[in-house]
Amino acid sequence: MTEQKTIEEVENEIVDEFALFDSWDEKYEYIIDLGKKLPPLENEYKIDDNRVRGCQSTVYLTASYKDDKIYFKADSDAVIVKGLISMLIRVLSGHTTDEIVNAKLDFINKIGMMSHLAQTRSNGLLAMVKQMKNYALAYKLKNAG
Amino acid sequence: MITASAIEQGFDVQVIRRQFPALNREVKGKPLVYFDNAATTQKPQVVIDALVNYYSNYNANIHRGIHTLAEEATAAYEGTRDTVKEFINAPSREQIIFTKGTTEGINLVAQTWGRQNIKEGDEIIISTMEHHSNIVPWYILCQEKKAVLKIIPINDRGELLLDEYEKLLGPKTKLVSIVHVSNALGTINPVKEIIASAHKAGAVVLVDGAQSSVHLDIDVQDMDCDFFAFSSHKIYGPTGVGVLYGKTHLLESMPVYQGGGEMIKEVTFDNITYNELPYKYEAGTPNIADTIAFRAALEFTKQLGKDAIRQHENELLVYATEQLEQIPGLKIIGRAQNKISVISFIIDKVHPQDLGILLDNRGIAVRTGHHCAQPLMDCFCIPGTTRASFALYNTKEEVDALVAGLEKAIKMLL
Repeated sequence: MTEQKTIEEVENEIVDEFALFDSWDEKYEYIIDLGKKLPPLENEYKIDDNRVRGCQSTVYLTASYKDDKIYFKADSDAVIVKGLISMLIRVLSGHTTDEIVNAKLDFINKIGMMSHLAQTRSNGLLAMVKQMKNYALAYKLKNAG
Repeated sequence: MITASAIEQGFDVQVIRRQFPALNREVKGKPLVYFDNAATTQKPQVVIDALVNYYSNYNANIHRGIHTLAEEATAAYEGTRDTVKEFINAPSREQIIFTKGTTEGINLVAQTWGRQNIKEGDEIIISTMEHHSNIVPWYILCQEKKAVLKIIPINDRGELLLDEYEKLLGPKTKLVSIVHVSNALGTINPVKEIIASAHKAGAVVLVDGAQSSVHLDIDVQDMDCDFFAFSSHKIYGPTGVGVLYGKTHLLESMPVYQGGGEMIKEVTFDNITYNELPYKYEAGTPNIADTIAFRAALEFTKQLGKDAIRQHENELLVYATEQLEQIPGLKIIGRAQNKISVISFIIDKVHPQDLGILLDNRGIAVRTGHHCAQPLMDCFCIPGTTRASFALYNTKEEVDALVAGLEKAIKMLL
């Protein structure tokens, strides 16, 4: 079994991948492709409790806890948002609560997504990050309690 | 009836564009194409200059100062009131109340006239195509007073069903609050007929003019509305200023809205007498700079001529409708016979948010989402639309850029 990469290592991988793109069209094509490839969420998880507020599209995000690690699954009716969640899942899923809560997620800024997308509340990128960290925090508190 | 084309009326869009500094900028490395005019319009240099001139030369608080700067600022501020009076053909300047915007105007009426006159079991009529600003204040009032909100339905073209409206009117109807032009669909509602019917039933009528005042000739006397609310920033003026027009007997009989300076005549700890119209409703130091600059915006549009502007915008609407209809899978939401230069649309299997992001990547600003009209979106069974709204400075070349941007986006997304 190969050793699991740290959050920062995965972030750096994404930054390196994005460095290969010459234009924002290419970056979006890549994100759209990620969105299309993200497996759809089972209907049982598409409930109001799992909805991420603060996004123009409908986003569902759910987390499960196994062997001290958190695993995320998500879906959206908008494909770019779905691609963004796919990246966040790739970075954060399978890590401990502490690692997720403390993740800096600099890659969002480094790949230029912050200036392109995160400035208005409508795209929900920051809302998704917040929700994922909230899940981690909730599990952490539950474990402590 | 307008027959001469915009160009025949001396309307040169390239010359006009140069007066809007923001239109010169680039977005994401591409020339800006600004099609979010129904949300807010860009500002011409004369409006920006008016703001700078006020702060640079005669910044002062108005009405009570005895010094020169206060005199100049008061004259300029009150000058806007005169210009607004002409703009909507109000009988008198005292009927022009400055507010923060359309939303505040509607809330003012709900909180003053509404709280005084709406009783348990009374009915307030609005329509399916209202902006949240013309739903929520009445919802709150109805909750408080145990009154009933009635909704005029629409057809699938996005037009009001007037027969159904007539059926809703009755002895319990106290107020009809209706949007003049739909922000999400562009539909122009026949407000004059709506008002006449409401008056026959003994109801008061408020017209939400947020979208209409920039496109249509507004004549509150001909319309015979009791209240008319609109915003400066949608007519090329600054944000943070709006107007509430009201009939004098209503404005005089209504209780005050907010208390403070300006709206009082005399204050002792035992008794307060309130100021006369319009100051009765303008508590505190108003938004002096923006109100002054609003006049420059109104004069700017007057100079260009509303007929010529309308003709130009209508040419854009017709052209854009033709072009957009060529795109496979695109469906225009809102096909009213009478509409202003707004096109809302959906595309098969494409989420509006994805379109908005990819169009922005090409420098094209459109609005996506529910347009603060969720009940209307529910009525069409859609979560939202993409909306392109055109202003006097937009061009056919920009429409072509939108079409090209959409085609590229669809190719990427599907």
